[in-house]
Amino acid sequence: MARSGLQRDVLSLYRQCMRAVREKPAETRENFRSFARTGFRDHITVNKKDFSTIEYLLRKGRRQLEIYQDPGIRNISK
Amino acid sequence: MAATRTLARLATRRTAVRPALFTRGLASVADTHARDPISKIAEKTVPDAARKPIPESKTSTVKEPEPSKDAKIKTFHIYRWNPDEPSSKPKMQSYTLDLNKTGPMMLDALIRIKNEVDPTLTFRRSCREGICGSCAMNIDGVNTLACLCRIPTETAKESRIYPLPHMYVVKDLVPDMTLFYKQYRSVKPYLQRDTPAPDGREFRQSKEERKKLDGLYECILCACCSTSCPSYWWNQEEYLGPAVLLQSYRWIADSRDEKKPERLDALNNSMSVYRCHTILNCSRTCPKGLNPALAIAEIKKSMAFT
Repeated sequence: MARSGLQRDVLSLYRQCMRAVREKPAETRENFRSFARTGFRDHITVNKKDFSTIEYLLRKGRRQLEIYQDPGIRNISK
Repeated sequence: MAATRTLARLATRRTAVRPALFTRGLASVADTHARDPISKIAEKTVPDAARKPIPESKTSTVKEPEPSKDAKIKTFHIYRWNPDEPSSKPKMQSYTLDLNKTGPMMLDALIRIKNEVDPTLTFRRSCREGICGSCAMNIDGVNTLACLCRIPTETAKESRIYPLPHMYVVKDLVPDMTLFYKQYRSVKPYLQRDTPAPDGREFRQSKEERKKLDGLYECILCACCSTSCPSYWWNQEEYLGPAVLLQSYRWIADSRDEKKPERLDALNNSMSVYRCHTILNCSRTCPKGLNPALAIAEIKKSMAFT
């Protein structure tokens, strides 16, 4: 399937998040995974032509990923 | 045959592609690519109509709470955008204030709106006397500090307040300064020395050496100059921008610093400094009255003569 650049960016961010989850301690990994997935799921209704919104969410997601990747953060709760 | 043609094309392409990022672009005619900004595409993009804020004519006006008889009512149009509703468009919200009850500066007006009219209005502020650089914003088309900008007293003219241009918006008038601070960190804004002071006390400077730092150390990093520079708008990723270059020169000019060659070497590429085309918007807009363009020129000079 041919994907647009933006779609590929979203997917790659999702993959990066899932990879970052693996670096976390085994017992809290599930919390991180569900946090990342709800982050994406909350905005599943965004219109796919609403580029500025998607770009904003991507920037926000990348920033969050950068912050939560810190090994000092060992658990997360909603 | 086809295979050899592709091979030939690949070969030519390989020679054509220069490692553009960190090579010194010489101002020669042969090297025409030296002048191409990497993000040339950015300059070609037409402003997207979908990203323009909804004009104030289509939004409601929030009025002064209880206007008195001889009120001097002035209208402020303020850029609003809420990240909690990411798919909503930014809009221009109008507020009317009685100038008799408001302080003289734009920041006073903003604080009054936040306290008395609309607590959801978001902006950065701290010292309210032009020393912290928090309240940098675009007021009536000029980047300046809200706390140093007087409200024009003629009430017929309406004031328009936007966040700093060409920065990502966090909320309302708050821009995302992450990249700016990363760039600031990249110039290593601290004293670098290996040798201890001769008498084991502080590092001394003569009056002449100290004088070189005047006009540099006053910079408060409000980013007004950087965000007014068209060159910085189009090449934010590579070009450091006037504010950071001024800071960089502040350490290059410091007589106590021993890493001057390294500092100059780090800037010696086609993007970091040489995207300054002496547009001079920076010196024009600086709310502290400094001259970043002069500092950039001094950097260029010291790089040319070493």
